Amino acid sequence: MRNQKLLLLGDEAIAQGALDAGLSGIYAYPGTPSTEITEYVQRSAESAARYIHCRWSANEKTAVEAALGMSYGGKRAMACMKHVGLNVAADPFINSGITGANGGLLITVADDPSMHSSQDEQDSRFYGKFALVPMLEPANQQEAYDMCFRGFELSEKYRLPVMLRITTRLAHSRAGVVRREPLPENSLQLPQDMRQFVLLPAISRRRYKKLLETQHALLAESENSLFNQYVDGPDKSRGLIVCGIAYNYLMENFLDGPCPHPVLKIGQYPAPRSMVARLVDEVAEVLVIEEGMPFVEEYLRGLLDRGIRVRGRMDGTLPRDGELNPNLVRLALGMNDEAGPAVPEIVAGRPPALCQGCGHADTYDAMNAAIKAVFGDGHVFSDIGCYTLGALSPYQAINSCVDMGASITMAKGAADAGLFPAIAVIGDSTFTHSGMTGLLDAVVENANIVVFILDNSTTAMTGGQKSHAEGRLAQICRGLGVPEEHIHVIVPLRKNHEEFVRIIKQEIEYKGVSVIIPTRECIQTFRKKAKAKKEQ
Amino acid sequence: MKIDIILAGVGGQGILSIATVIGYAAVESGLFLKQAEVHGMSQRGGDVQSHLRIADRDIYSDLIPAGNADMILSVEPMESLRYLPYLAKNGWLISNTTPFVNIPDYPPEEQVLAEIRKQTHHLLLPADEIAREVGNPRGMNMVMAGAASRFIDIPFEKMEEGIRFIFRGKGEAIVASNIAALQAGRKYAIEN
Repeated sequence: MRNQKLLLLGDEAIAQGALDAGLSGIYAYPGTPSTEITEYVQRSAESAARYIHCRWSANEKTAVEAALGMSYGGKRAMACMKHVGLNVAADPFINSGITGANGGLLITVADDPSMHSSQDEQDSRFYGKFALVPMLEPANQQEAYDMCFRGFELSEKYRLPVMLRITTRLAHSRAGVVRREPLPENSLQLPQDMRQFVLLPAISRRRYKKLLETQHALLAESENSLFNQYVDGPDKSRGLIVCGIAYNYLMENFLDGPCPHPVLKIGQYPAPRSMVARLVDEVAEVLVIEEGMPFVEEYLRGLLDRGIRVRGRMDGTLPRDGELNPNLVRLALGMNDEAGPAVPEIVAGRPPALCQGCGHADTYDAMNAAIKAVFGDGHVFSDIGCYTLGALSPYQAINSCVDMGASITMAKGAADAGLFPAIAVIGDSTFTHSGMTGLLDAVVENANIVVFILDNSTTAMTGGQKSHAEGRLAQICRGLGVPEEHIHVIVPLRKNHEEFVRIIKQEIEYKGVSVIIPTRECIQTFRKKAKAKKEQ
Repeated sequence: MKIDIILAGVGGQGILSIATVIGYAAVESGLFLKQAEVHGMSQRGGDVQSHLRIADRDIYSDLIPAGNADMILSVEPMESLRYLPYLAKNGWLISNTTPFVNIPDYPPEEQVLAEIRKQTHHLLLPADEIAREVGNPRGMNMVMAGAASRFIDIPFEKMEEGIRFIFRGKGEAIVASNIAALQAGRKYAIEN
């Protein structure tokens, strides 16, 4: 296996790296652009032979907690998620900095600058700093692989979780990766201190002080890390700090020779202070190039932004938002724009849409007939998934999409404010991710809402992963206390339209919590299964 | 040497299989490769693109710099125009002529083709038709890959091997019909 070269997506490089670095379990909820990490482990024959845990978790919080539990048991674990998934998992993540780890614990987070498939472009490095844990940020697929080894090593040396931060472009780009000699997995080994994970205030205070004291050592690790490199250059009119994948965009503009300016490449945090100091002392101005938010740049400027001459995203040298690319960096360096012909005006936008034959379309047709046509626009709170596309033409059927689970709770709040009818639309997988607790809130107060749980038996938007909700939805709703006679399961098809509209109208009139579960398999997974069957 | 290709199309048209065939041929020829793909929401009928970079030395950026693409290879005509800012001065724009109309404001077909014909180096081919002619109605992608092969400095046999590799689990008939589509696309590019 050693020196074997594989062609891998950044996500797959992380999965292979973790497997080779002695992983015993991966925990995740699907989320673009992080999904392919877990899928790779699920497909891997080696992972099956080693009985690596790789089933999906209900959400990112349960994933991080389970990974922490595996770390408690002394084994190496990884939790992975998209950036907004870390919001869901923020509680265990921040507190895992205080408990620390036992077996190596990697928290892999994939940020999505430019919001290709997300509702915001938050930068997870702020979370890493918040939790006071070390962070690794690869520039390429090989580093992504190598950093799994380094990450577990750091985690076990300092008994701390380590964050591995990537962005969409690396997650979904393929390149050659050379494998290393694999490490064996750890055996079951309880923590030495049986109170390590008991965050009672007296213990937490002690552990927090320890975490603070460890910061000096983490900084020293960064100063000596192979992932942080200082390359001198003769032209001191400018120095460059480049983080993660931004390094590639810089070097792409100096293919015919070395970059003339001193370059500090950062791949491990906390940022290596003495290396930064050296650069600042030697150059007239510093240009900070980083993917995501101006994380290093803001620290460098400080509150007063006096003294050091800094350029970057905060002064407009680079755009304040959105993903970087070689051309943006080129322009920031003052080089000429090489862009080709402009896009002709006739080129129309082509937004994503619900697939032909998708059951959600029939549901939105029925909802529009029963809700929008009767009560007007503004009554429907939706959620995260394919069905969010119901906001676009021709449906224009929903009025919100905020975070996983917010449909039910926002509908309840709006009903509390007096909105009638107040409707929630949530997918099956999103419901078991974060909708169940909100439904319980509504049941406890007998809120006057109608909840649609769109059951397509899969996590569709991310490519059709197995949903925890499968076969359990009506049972869960009954268990949470929704009255049996106000739970309806219907097949969203053209021929059932009239019946569907009638049920919606009837449940709007009922003063309390109703749940309607339109149930029809996702057309994509249906086709995939049919194709697989045909090929057998 | 380096070859930078923007692959363009609509989510679901399967541009990634073209990338896989060319990519396989490149790697088997001992070249370096980087290939950035679009996963997620856009795959639901939105515009999608893939940056395929091949070189005889290490490649830094996963994205092709603007104005540096040696080729835009598009399975849909309007989508080929969306990436013009990436096209190098001497780059080729190669597009299938069959429009994929899933939006209400799709421009008139002749205007789209006229914009493509404005490019100094362009090749328009009826790839769906060519695929049907060789008895492989779903082989449009391989026709496009075959057309591109004329402009790519990688042995053609390696691309045929790529097809054998991708479709290895699907039987000799599928392999043969995709190789036929690849060859037909190449032939069209050489003759036109």
